[in-house]
Amino acid sequence: MPCDEAAVRRLRVGDTVTLENWLFGIRDATQIAMFDRGRNIRLDLRGHAVIHTAPNVKRVPPSPEAPAGYAPLCIGTTTSMRMERFTEPLMRDHGVRLVIGKGGLGPASAEAFRRYGGAYLAVVGGAAALETTWITAIEDVDLDDLHPESLWKFRIRRFGPLLVAMDSHGGSLYATVGERVAARRAAALAALAALGAED
Amino acid sequence: MQLDLAEIEEIAKLLYIRALKLLPDDVKEGFVRLQRTETDPTGRSLLATMVENIAVAERDDNLLCQDTGIPIYNITIGRGVSFDGAALKAAIRRGCERATREHPLRSSVVHPITRRNEHTSCGIRVPVLHIDFDDRPETVEIEMIPKGSGSENGSFLRMLVPADGVAAVKRFVIDRVIEAGGKVCPPTIVGVGIGGTSDLCMHLAKIAATRPLGSVCADPEGAALESELSRAVNMLGIGPQGLGGDSTAFAVHVETAATHITMNPVAVNIQCHSARRASATITPGGVTFGF
Repeated sequence: MPCDEAAVRRLRVGDTVTLENWLFGIRDATQIAMFDRGRNIRLDLRGHAVIHTAPNVKRVPPSPEAPAGYAPLCIGTTTSMRMERFTEPLMRDHGVRLVIGKGGLGPASAEAFRRYGGAYLAVVGGAAALETTWITAIEDVDLDDLHPESLWKFRIRRFGPLLVAMDSHGGSLYATVGERVAARRAAALAALAALGAED
Repeated sequence: MQLDLAEIEEIAKLLYIRALKLLPDDVKEGFVRLQRTETDPTGRSLLATMVENIAVAERDDNLLCQDTGIPIYNITIGRGVSFDGAALKAAIRRGCERATREHPLRSSVVHPITRRNEHTSCGIRVPVLHIDFDDRPETVEIEMIPKGSGSENGSFLRMLVPADGVAAVKRFVIDRVIEAGGKVCPPTIVGVGIGGTSDLCMHLAKIAATRPLGSVCADPEGAALESELSRAVNMLGIGPQGLGGDSTAFAVHVETAATHITMNPVAVNIQCHSARRASATITPGGVTFGF
């Protein structure tokens, strides 16, 4: 990372991706500050991937291994859907290309991915001990008054494999699964005793 | 037995860290069962990653999940135990703060209006403390649950009416599991509270969601619903992480309480696959840690 629009537009739902070099961590408070309160950020997200996270870190003296004065302890992923309304401005105003999270995003994000050329990569939620082994250092941090919901810059190595769950062509694995689940609802209800007469 | 509050503080600290790092055996066995039955290739691969993560956390002495949760301590006090109640509560709070500072852990707790984080995992009425009593001689049990927010946001209450019947209770559970989808980190333990008052109903759902896998509702009517609902939610195809598959829930757990002639309340509280809990049992012989 970073990558260009053409590379992201080649991704299709079902592909797997492994990222190298850089990754930015953002969360609820980070994006509320950026988009609702107009806070400026010092870090350049253009062409980059962001992950929905707020890490467990330890303060250490700054060094080449810990340029920002933080060592990563446990870095995982949070539920993306709470931050649905921020995908569009992230891509439009900051040129973000990839969003990494868990649980998926909705139609507004799918439209932003289609319009600007972006994708959503699913990481396994709750598998943070494993995810932490893909992060080699915390390179930089901005908006740290929001700690732990700061804007983080992580140095990464073989970050993945991540599943392309939403692409720039309108594809969404969450939407596909959602349709299948809706179709199975009737069968699940029918399997429950004492539902017959009242349905 | 006189409770040593310095020891309680230390136990409260150790339990928070232990709960975040070691998954209980019943949950590990739950994964093995799901891996045997999952037919979806994506679902199988996601379950394998979750199981790998449990091993990595143990190997690296790391937290299973980044979410340190809202700390909950359930304290059960047996017979013949002397203690200063207010001091006991303060000791548990200090232990929770110390775990956060000394490990260190991410404090996930903020003021609900200002959103200010004190970086102690504590705040107004948090950690959540539940104190209860039982008849075990000279025994105190402390259970710690770091309740993750992804699944806690999958909490629902509906004050149904008697005319809606148990059919509406079941439909409510199915529809809330569908609504929660992948956001609650499936495979989950779906906790269902039936009856009581609104607050008790929600609390029952939390007790159900945090009960060990394999445990059964003491009320036979609730137990029957558990097996019926467990089968039904796993017909939905939500699957691990909501990406499709057979493994939507390890189980549906139900807890019941008597309710009013005019009421038919139902609550759902969900526990994610990182179904973390730790416990310590204190007797005159010493302290034993478990789950």
